[in-house]
Amino acid sequence: MEQIAFTLISLFTLSCAVGVVLSKNAVNGAMCLLLCLAGIAGLFIQLHAYLLAFLLVWVYAGAVVALFLFIIMLLDMQGGRQLKIKGLQGLAGVIAAALLVVGLNLLAVRGRLESAPPVGHEVGSRLSLYSYQLLTTYLLPVQVVGFLLLIAMLGVIVLSRRVDAVPSK
Amino acid sequence: MTPALNSYVMLSASLFAIGFLGVLLRRNTLVIYMCLELMLVSTTLALVAFSRFNGTQDGDVFVFFILTVAAAEVAVGLAIIVALFRARQTIQVDELDSLKH
Repeated sequence: MEQIAFTLISLFTLSCAVGVVLSKNAVNGAMCLLLCLAGIAGLFIQLHAYLLAFLLVWVYAGAVVALFLFIIMLLDMQGGRQLKIKGLQGLAGVIAAALLVVGLNLLAVRGRLESAPPVGHEVGSRLSLYSYQLLTTYLLPVQVVGFLLLIAMLGVIVLSRRVDAVPSK
Repeated sequence: MTPALNSYVMLSASLFAIGFLGVLLRRNTLVIYMCLELMLVSTTLALVAFSRFNGTQDGDVFVFFILTVAAAEVAVGLAIIVALFRARQTIQVDELDSLKH
């Protein structure tokens, strides 16, 4: 049962990812990305990482894809240009991606990964463990990430200022 | 029967490769950026799977941080793309060739 669900969700996610790459229209690409993220959130639920699935839908599908759509409409990329792949570049890209997937899959197969999850030991599903870890072991990273968000906010404000707003001498 | 760790890692690798292919093939900066996000998310899938099969929570917490950094990264990246569009009136990478001699 769980295996069938995994197969279906992974096929769905992979086809949506291919849709992101091949869609001519950037809006369609963003919608495919949204569906792909929903599929990955489903896989997270299968892995008992409920909080992360919720956060993925919240942060990525809610904020990031909405931001992408907003920028696509702002820049008026609606029509878009046709997807044209130049011969040598396209060939090189396909070969590079194929080499990557073969190499990583060989690593996964030859690496002899333990394939049985620990029974009755569902660590990722408990919310209190997250907060305990975030406030003890990972306290410094939490503060660094907060600082990073502040810097990113300031950077975006500086970047999106109008150029002619700077007084010229 | 639960799916094996190998299948999760293979799925993650395949998603990463698809995103990589998109980065190499596409010419629109926004689509390239979406493919980059896809690569980032595919690695989090591997981290969550390793964390689950290892019985620890460190991978999950790491994914938590990755999500935060990705949100900041998307905001800055899209601001750069908008600034680029303002300066050059295009976001197609083959038209942005100022550094070509």
